[in-house]
Amino acid sequence: MDNLQKFLLKLYITGHTARSERAIRNLRHICTEELGGRFEMRVIDILEQPQLAEDEKILATPTLIKALPLPLRRIIGDLSDTEKVLLGLDLLPIGQDD
Amino acid sequence: MISVENEMIPVGKLATGIDGFDLIAQGGLPVGRTTLLTGTAGSAKTVFAAQFLAEGVRKFATPGVFVTFEEHPEEIRKNLLSMGWPIAEWEQSGMWRFVDASPQPEVDVVEAGDFDLGALLARIEYAVNQVGAKRIAIDSLGAVFSVFINAAVVRNELRRLAVALKGIGVTALMTTERTAEYGEIARFGVEEFVADNVVILRNVLDEEKRRRTIEVLKFRGSGHQKGEYPFTVLPDQGVVVIPISAIELKQRSSQTRVTSGNEDLDRMCGGGFFRDSLILVSGATGCGKTLITTEFIDGGARNNERCLLLAYEESREQLIRNAIGWGIDFEELEQKGLLRVLCAYPESAGLEDHLIRIKAEIDNFKPDRVAMDSVSAMERVGTRRGFREFIISLASFVKHREVPGLFTATTATLMGGPSVTESHFSSITDTIILLRYVEMLGEMRRGMTVLKMRGSMHEKDIREFSVDNRGMHIGKPYRNVVGILTGRPEYLSGEESDRMMSMFDE
Repeated sequence: MDNLQKFLLKLYITGHTARSERAIRNLRHICTEELGGRFEMRVIDILEQPQLAEDEKILATPTLIKALPLPLRRIIGDLSDTEKVLLGLDLLPIGQDD
Repeated sequence: MISVENEMIPVGKLATGIDGFDLIAQGGLPVGRTTLLTGTAGSAKTVFAAQFLAEGVRKFATPGVFVTFEEHPEEIRKNLLSMGWPIAEWEQSGMWRFVDASPQPEVDVVEAGDFDLGALLARIEYAVNQVGAKRIAIDSLGAVFSVFINAAVVRNELRRLAVALKGIGVTALMTTERTAEYGEIARFGVEEFVADNVVILRNVLDEEKRRRTIEVLKFRGSGHQKGEYPFTVLPDQGVVVIPISAIELKQRSSQTRVTSGNEDLDRMCGGGFFRDSLILVSGATGCGKTLITTEFIDGGARNNERCLLLAYEESREQLIRNAIGWGIDFEELEQKGLLRVLCAYPESAGLEDHLIRIKAEIDNFKPDRVAMDSVSAMERVGTRRGFREFIISLASFVKHREVPGLFTATTATLMGGPSVTESHFSSITDTIILLRYVEMLGEMRRGMTVLKMRGSMHEKDIREFSVDNRGMHIGKPYRNVVGILTGRPEYLSGEESDRMMSMFDE
């Protein structure tokens, strides 16, 4: 596993709803557990910056975009399904080679 | 209290600008509401939805937002350019805005927990506000379901979208798929949340021919025409709906007479045809229908009337040669601007397309009289039902112009009998002229009678006529022959016919 690569994660939400807050909390928790300090997390509120959602063609919220490392990945939902999130971030421990 | 009063006010309509649709929709789509446009694959949903916006831009200068779930905006721009709609230009001038929700196959998506389509709603609202859109088209709902695994969430979110659109006050058209032409309204049960207004597009295979129809199934709180109406999609116009029975028949009967182009025939009709009448000339092949048509044109041209000839049986060269054989020069009339000849093979287009072309010719040329030779040639192009609609629509359109229209019909058998054209046409025509072969004493002769002439006295005789290089000459009535119309003429001896005639003497 490439340990040096820093993760750039963009989380798109629509307003600070309970679901948005849950997604932010879940993401922070997973990243701290799995990545330690090797991540940068940006939270973008679509209600304030709709053009950004247009540019990224985002439909569902919350949407998490793993911008770095490549490949680009999208994970939608409140990120409560930790296993799916890890899968989406290519961090799934199961089936790991070394 | 106020809301109750609001409920009582009938829903207003927003004219779409789509030809014919506003007639059957009695004004257009319910304003400020969402209408579901449903149809099978290939039923022209996307074109219709895009045209709703395009006509808004072109005819009413109202901006629109197109939300696409299926095709990429670039594809849509390209496809619609072939219709003559410059989407890219409209985008630059702020009249058109895409919300691109088309699939992005290059991006992997994982669903990990609860979500909603808040981002989509926000983007749509953003786009609407940016251009000040009054119209919005969403194409198509079914595609949204294929993007997300959780259909219940999607359904719930689309319901929210419908409510949100109502709040913004835009008139929306949402397209959705159905699996069969006749059956449930839409897939995925989408009609449950946008069921107030439903329009169905059909593309039915009937007698090996495709036939497109449109039906306004329901408009809650406002009126519309019922049943299916044929429509077509033209490369330069988009959807054109043919509102057969929705065309109002304001029968302003004229008492003005115009010449048939033949003095004898004028006399038989009590002084010529009425100016706003429909004349049907029926007869077997070769018995003089094209001649009557030619003389009808000549008669108009001699009075400086503009004549439109729609020819579906013979080529242009043939027509011109025939006319010269009877002493009439079509090319000269064309040069004078008194004649326009439209020649086409019936098979070259569908009935709807022919109809639209004819209408366009009439609108452009503004003829004082119209002749079509023959209507029967169109029978083989469409289905029985399609043909009936074609005839009725054509007849009412010509009548609307208050110009005389002469149509010919070919009977199936040589000696008589009715034709399909006749049976569809006869009730709406004002005048029917029958041409018949008469076999007499081993010789083929020709007879003619004015079977019906609405609002006028006319001769009841069956007269013999002959044709030479100056045209048609109508002679004496057949006095001693019975059974001409049924195709079984019998020659009566002199005494017998005298006796028969004397029976009816006063």
